[in-house]
Amino acid sequence: MRELNVKIFCLLLALTSLGLMYAKVKTLGLPLVPNQTSSIWAVEARVEFDGLGRSSTVNLDIPDNLGNFLKLDEFFVSRNYGLNVTSKQKDRRAEWSIRNAKGKQRLYYRIEVVPEDSVSKSDTIKYKIPVAPVKPEYEEPLASAIEDTLGKVRSESADIFTFVSQLLVQLNDPSPNKNIFVIQKGAVPGTEQWVKRIMYVLEGARISSRMVNGISLDDGVKDAKLISWLEVHNGQTWEGFDPLSGNKGYPSNFMRWSISDEPMLNVEGGRNEHLRFTLSQRPYSEADISQERAKTKQSFLNSWSLYKLALASQHVYQILLMIPLGALVVVLMRTVVGVPCFGTFMPILISLAFRETELLWGIILFCLITGSGLAFRFFLERLNLLLVPRLSAVLVMVIVLMLTISLMSNDLDIDRGISIALFPIVILTMVIERLSITWEEAGAFGAIKEGLGSLFIAIIGYFVMTNNQLEHLMFNFPELLLFILAIFLTAGRYTGYRISELIRFKDLANEEDKNAKTNTKTS
Amino acid sequence: MLKRIQKLREAGVVGINARNRSYVMPHNPRKLYKFVDDKVYTKQLAEEANIAVPKLYGLITTVHEINSFNQIIHDKKDFVVKPAHGSGGKGILVIDNRRGDLFIKPNNTAINSEAIRYHIENILGGVYSLGGQVDQAIIEYRVKFDPIFNSISYQGVPDIRMLIYKGIPAMAMLRLPTQQSDGKANLHQGAVGVGINLMTGTTTLAVCNDRRVYEHPDFGSALSDVHIPDWQQLLFLSASCYQLAPLGYLGVDIVLDAELGPLILELNARPGLAIQIANGQGLKHRLDAIDKIKTLPEKIEDRISIIQTIL
Repeated sequence: MRELNVKIFCLLLALTSLGLMYAKVKTLGLPLVPNQTSSIWAVEARVEFDGLGRSSTVNLDIPDNLGNFLKLDEFFVSRNYGLNVTSKQKDRRAEWSIRNAKGKQRLYYRIEVVPEDSVSKSDTIKYKIPVAPVKPEYEEPLASAIEDTLGKVRSESADIFTFVSQLLVQLNDPSPNKNIFVIQKGAVPGTEQWVKRIMYVLEGARISSRMVNGISLDDGVKDAKLISWLEVHNGQTWEGFDPLSGNKGYPSNFMRWSISDEPMLNVEGGRNEHLRFTLSQRPYSEADISQERAKTKQSFLNSWSLYKLALASQHVYQILLMIPLGALVVVLMRTVVGVPCFGTFMPILISLAFRETELLWGIILFCLITGSGLAFRFFLERLNLLLVPRLSAVLVMVIVLMLTISLMSNDLDIDRGISIALFPIVILTMVIERLSITWEEAGAFGAIKEGLGSLFIAIIGYFVMTNNQLEHLMFNFPELLLFILAIFLTAGRYTGYRISELIRFKDLANEEDKNAKTNTKTS
Repeated sequence: MLKRIQKLREAGVVGINARNRSYVMPHNPRKLYKFVDDKVYTKQLAEEANIAVPKLYGLITTVHEINSFNQIIHDKKDFVVKPAHGSGGKGILVIDNRRGDLFIKPNNTAINSEAIRYHIENILGGVYSLGGQVDQAIIEYRVKFDPIFNSISYQGVPDIRMLIYKGIPAMAMLRLPTQQSDGKANLHQGAVGVGINLMTGTTTLAVCNDRRVYEHPDFGSALSDVHIPDWQQLLFLSASCYQLAPLGYLGVDIVLDAELGPLILELNARPGLAIQIANGQGLKHRLDAIDKIKTLPEKIEDRISIIQTIL
């Protein structure tokens, strides 16, 4: 029963960890692979007008709900202007005002966005259900053309959305019949005018509709034009329609800017006003994007993000979070493989020392210093010294050795030796201590076996703990610690043979074979 | 590889992971370790319970007490000085005989009392104890080894390791020093382990360095069919150690004295697994058989009689 509880607990830990990781990848877009970059879009709206030498006010619709994109940041560039951002029922507006505008005036609004899969449907909550429009009094011949067309489409559709789709297909017919021709007259498909005409026709069916202005974010495009899109309400929700094909929804590269059939830009006290959009794209690390995204979304998944820490602590945690992986190597090597080694975490400490000295140099240093340190220790043993003074003497000896190596490599112009840090000295002294204690306990053979075993685990640990991919995963998904914990709890219950025991008990297994053979012979 | 795992399972071989988790951890609570770790304590308990141990002549715990050394040995001709927390046979000084003021060691070299004093000082200072903690010096009876093992033991101290599970002897092994083990009966250092038939007390198969051997590596003498004297007494003695230190998974080391018979030398809370190779049999089937018995008898004789049901 207790065993079962542990199993369930481990499973829960593992699932929690993987679940959180999955959620982070899905909602925050945290990359699983290091150094991933993706591009962010910067859309700049530039307002230009000529000042008349008196006070002027500039009103510009600015995006609120971006559709398939997520806002990372926005900037207003407007020297000497007062800025006021208002959020009205349908859209946000930036209002710039100045007491005296003289000559050419330029105002910028810049928004940075990234593509986003899960579009928030906040629209439907925010806006009230619109009142169905009153059927307008069409003039002839438009009245009968619209009447006929609506009647025909109505008979071919099931609900409002299919009705709109059908109607749009009809209206965009490349070879229009007489009715369509009348409706199309004066409005070129693909313009704002065209969308307005469609809305006018829809009023005849008492369907609420509105115009959405947006920008298509395409690779390699610098100057962007506003695209008008149609949105229709079916009594429950707004849905976008391509005013040219009648297809439901928005293309994935369509960024909504504003919802209004009024002009987007309104300048009082100025003339020759211009609104231009420019697009630019730049690479950005995905991890950083996800941080921005988390900020915007205020996601709880980001509450244990290590990016929040000061840079110095981030570096510490980058190493610290790798230590459990090193421990994992030790656990597997000891309980499953059965490699003999010193202490519990000595191999990890050696790996950490290798991190600072680099592997090859680390191994050379390790063998050289433990070897001579041990030799010195045996010289000391003949003096029958007490343990603590004896170890302290070994410590002095290790430092003398390292100093010699550093000075020698300095003279020989090998700059490797100088990179010896404080940390490895302490670790090597501890290794010598452990080695000599084991030497007493289990003899020379046992001590050397354990020494080599520790070195072997340390080398594997070094590769695991310096692996870029693993480092990235641990740093970005610290919840993986729970997963490692689950592995440790499971490994702690392992009672199977170690691989080394398969060799140790080889003769028993072989004898079992022989016994089986003789048994079958006698019976 | 999977086939070998299968075979070992069938043979009931217990691995280190299984030993620790299934036997040592549930049956040997940490608080009972003090019964076996401190040799002085073990010896005192044994003497109180009338269990045969090499007689304790005296104990020296401070440097000041070294002056009482002469009082302790009085006129005894032979004795052993050893550290209470030593291991691997380190720091054991054996004195065979005395000639005037000199003490004679087994290799016939003589030392004076000043040298013995220095040796005891070292013991007290922790030179032989692991971790270097302050230790005590035990002065005790020198075991006069039964000559029966002379032909199969290289110097040193042959002893018998009994594995006691829940107070019932489950497996036994005779440990013989070799040249490689430097006269120590330690299997890790290359001593020979010889399996013993629990019912009869005769030796069976043998192991050295985890491999099957049939002869002593130094003498080439056959290791099987040696009969160990006083076997029943030996079983009784080892089973009674459970009363002393109620560790469910207990190793008992016994030496055979030519005059006094079997004596308990040491107890071990984590006895090793090479005993399985020595006996050519896994432990698990026997331990399972003991586990199946719902109420184990109190009386030691009854406990020993259970052995035949578990083999």
